[in-house]
Amino acid sequence: MAKAQVIDALIQALGKEKVVTDPEDLICYSFDATADMPSKLPDVVVVPASTNEVVQIINIAREYKVPVYPRGSGTNLSGGTIPIQGGIVVSMQGMNKILEIDADNLVAVVQPGVVIQDLNNAVAPFGLIYPPDPGTVATATMGGSVSECSGGLRGLKYGVTKHYVMGLEVVLADGSVARFGGKTVKNVTAYDMVKLFTGAEGTLGIITEITVKLIPAPEARKSMLAIFNNLADAGNTVTEIVRSKVIPATMEIMDKVTIQTVENFAKVGLPTNAEALLLIEVDGIPEVVEREAAIVVKVVEKNKGKIQVAKDDKERDGLWAARRAALPALAQVKPTTVLEDATVPRSKITEMLVALQDIAKKYNLQIGTFGHAGDGNLHPTILTDARDTEEMERVHQAVDEIFKTALSLGGTISGEHGIGMAKAKYLPLEFGDSGMEAMRKVKQALDPDNLLNPGKMLN
Amino acid sequence: MAIYDGLKEIEEELIKCMKCGNCQAVCPIYKETRSESSVARGKLKLAESILKGQIGYTPGIAKRFDLCLTCQACSENCPCGVKVHKVILAARAELARQKGLPTAKKVAFNLLRHPKLFDLGLRMGGKFQGLAFKKKATGMSPRFPIGLESRRVLPTLADKPLKSLIPEENRVKHASKTVAFFSGCVTNYIYTSAGLALVDVLNRNGVNVIFPKDQHCCGAPALINGDVETAREMAKSHVEIFSKYNVDAVITMCGTCGESFKYKYSELLEKDPALLEKARAIGNKTYDISEYLVDVLKVDFSKLGNVAMDFTYHEPCHVGRGLGLTRQPLEILKNIPGLAYKPMKAPNRCCGGAGSFSLTNYSLSYQILGKKLDDIKGTGASTVVTACGSCRMQLEDGLAQENMNLPVMHVIEVVQKAYQNSKQKSSDKKKLA
Ligand SMILES: Cc1cc2nc3c(=O)[nH]c(=O)nc-3n(C[C@H](O)[C@H](O)[C@H](O)COP(=O)(O)OP(=O)(O)OC[C@H]3O[C@@H](n4cnc5c(N)ncnc54)[C@H](O)[C@@H]3O)c2cc1C
Ligand code: SF4
Ligand code: SF4
Ligand code: SF4
Repeated sequence: MAKAQVIDALIQALGKEKVVTDPEDLICYSFDATADMPSKLPDVVVVPASTNEVVQIINIAREYKVPVYPRGSGTNLSGGTIPIQGGIVVSMQGMNKILEIDADNLVAVVQPGVVIQDLNNAVAPFGLIYPPDPGTVATATMGGSVSECSGGLRGLKYGVTKHYVMGLEVVLADGSVARFGGKTVKNVTAYDMVKLFTGAEGTLGIITEITVKLIPAPEARKSMLAIFNNLADAGNTVTEIVRSKVIPATMEIMDKVTIQTVENFAKVGLPTNAEALLLIEVDGIPEVVEREAAIVVKVVEKNKGKIQVAKDDKERDGLWAARRAALPALAQVKPTTVLEDATVPRSKITEMLVALQDIAKKYNLQIGTFGHAGDGNLHPTILTDARDTEEMERVHQAVDEIFKTALSLGGTISGEHGIGMAKAKYLPLEFGDSGMEAMRKVKQALDPDNLLNPGKMLN
Repeated sequence: MAIYDGLKEIEEELIKCMKCGNCQAVCPIYKETRSESSVARGKLKLAESILKGQIGYTPGIAKRFDLCLTCQACSENCPCGVKVHKVILAARAELARQKGLPTAKKVAFNLLRHPKLFDLGLRMGGKFQGLAFKKKATGMSPRFPIGLESRRVLPTLADKPLKSLIPEENRVKHASKTVAFFSGCVTNYIYTSAGLALVDVLNRNGVNVIFPKDQHCCGAPALINGDVETAREMAKSHVEIFSKYNVDAVITMCGTCGESFKYKYSELLEKDPALLEKARAIGNKTYDISEYLVDVLKVDFSKLGNVAMDFTYHEPCHVGRGLGLTRQPLEILKNIPGLAYKPMKAPNRCCGGAGSFSLTNYSLSYQILGKKLDDIKGTGASTVVTACGSCRMQLEDGLAQENMNLPVMHVIEVVQKAYQNSKQKSSDKKKLA
């Protein structure tokens, strides 16, 4: 049987301790952070320690035609790491060294298993930051976040992961090792292969080294909380702040369901009768921060919002604690939390928010919405119970409608969480036949046997 | 049914886990192994798989559930509020019922059920340990394999246990309060000086201290390893012993003992209404010594004598997260004159001791301890203060192995020192006058 041979070959190549086959362990690699997804046991998990070992794994997979699923911390929210067709899970956790911090060139070179926060801690003494900060900074790996092209709370001003990836080393499906990009700020040589592999969700190659851009840490920041009695006022405020040429680092929204749940759970003193809250943070050079904060205050007040400005770090921490409590608080209400990632152009944020409320009503579901309002990236979160099959049916219908609405507003089905298995069926809606065809050709060219993360994205 | 009586009882807790992986950020074991089966999320999935009948009570499952310090860091950090440590204990209990305990543990816990024999064993140990252990410069190392790791430096057993050093009643004139003191094994057999300090400090504060002589181990080691029946017997016995005294409070000096008295006894005795009521009454008046000094007696530590010492504080998991006492020990230490606090980067990170874990998984435990020792080294402090005897054993082992030569003290010993020094101060004053 091929399975036993594959395991033997892997042990031969990497040694016994890097090849995991106990069913007790395999169960733990049969799922990721995505709710409402099937789980599936891999045949084997391997933990390579070098690029060369990754090459050997790929060569074995090729020889026996078994699927390979790269895996970081398994915190993705689209089913991206579930070994849905069985085969080899490649845990990149064994490659977790920071190879270089080059403060003069403002770059760092890391192995894919490095946790994002660990990179940030390492560059902090140089007065630098690595800006992408998904909610999972303390757990997600660099490889996983590059492959998902993850975003985060600072996306509005600082962009998402792809804006910081400068170079990659990738093991391709044919077992060869390719290097793209590098340390130079200017690099326009040929196809932008770095961007292609960023956000490829492990379907085109296994990333074994990453060069990222760092930026100077902002000198000052100011956080503000704006309280609205009307959802539309909050949405309009977001649009108008940007129109006033102020780009806050963060502009986060919470709707009424979220506010009430967070307050009920965290008791942080949020106004529970408000319809919406915005948490806004401006950062940069102190004088600019002052000026921008003043503009934010003016816009909020003009849109009938009440504003609170954090006077010191303690107040700032308080506001942030409330925002960070959003998902946890929602997650405590019901056993299953279906967190979506619908994104619209920010001028359409009000329309989307209102549509979400209507969808909740229509399908009789509890939906709490929070998210990165500043970049139009909303996380409508459906609170349900996976054991309630009747309700789950309505959840699926609601999700369909959420994505269709986002697309009809000129938006996209993923602002930062990727496609994986969860959203593969919506992809044609966004790309159309020719778009899908172009992507299939890329996949076909780079991975003709469909060995890399099969069942994801393009199916 | 209680959570320790069937895995099914913990199902609701399991379902709460949204598999977000947040627990990876804080689990000391995951940090070393980077293996999904060693972090809370993986273990919860395993428990789920058992309930769904996808896997049985295999030795491999037992091994995975053994790999947990019950440090509760995951529970504290979990956005969904999953009480992971409870699931772990419930699973271990179920495993013990299904598969039985390993013989060594069975023998040990049987001994716990017979306090007299246990006591005798450890007393003999105190006298004859020279035979079984070879002396090292600091502490002892087991001389022949007795199931312990031979590299481990164990503290010397006290010549005489605390029980033989203090009377059952320690009364003072004009006492305002009377408390019962539960010392726990580690204090009773190893760090007797800390137990003496506790009695001394309470007496100095006008508190009578009753030390019930028939007390024994709180039963936590049995419960932590899944031996629910033994734990339940110990609970019963302690609830009965401590109910006999009409005291204002029960005082403990180890977080794990504190949790037993405060929470675990009522959980274990849920099905016995009469005992449950007594257990609750005792639980409600149980205080860790730091909490009692700060919150009940409201001692003004700034009036105590000078203790010139720079120290760092290791917060024991079961004192900080277990009992929620993060403020009190530091309030004491920061207010005593002369003390300079040099905080670690992560004072509340588990030291890797976790009771028998350090004995059965020595290498892993030592790796976790290594991080703690680095953190301690980074502070430049000259003394480590903590609030649990078990942690103290673990820290002393590591500090000795690495030749770091820092003494480890229990908070209460520092307080005693401050009292002793204040007396000196006032006698100095007298001399001057
Ligand atoms: C509570 C919570 C909050 C979150 N908040 C955010 C947020 O704010 N913003 C955001 O963008 N995301 C967020 N996420 C999603 C997720 O955390 C990110 O996508 C994260 O970057 C994934 O990293 P990981 O290491 O866990 O990757 P994994 O989940 O292990 O893998 C993700 C994908 O990358 C592939 N992959 C992993 N390593 C490699 C490699 N070396 N080479 C090639 N492919 C690889 C995998 O096959 C998979 O397709 C959140 C998730 C949770 C649970
Ligand atoms: S942090 Fe809590 S909810 Fe998240 S995976 Fe761990 S146990 Fe589950
Ligand atoms: S209790 Fe501690 S050791 Fe056990 S899983 Fe949780 S964090 Fe890890
Ligand atoms: S918890 Fe530890 S110290 Fe406390 S009584 Fe039990 S074994 Fe002894």
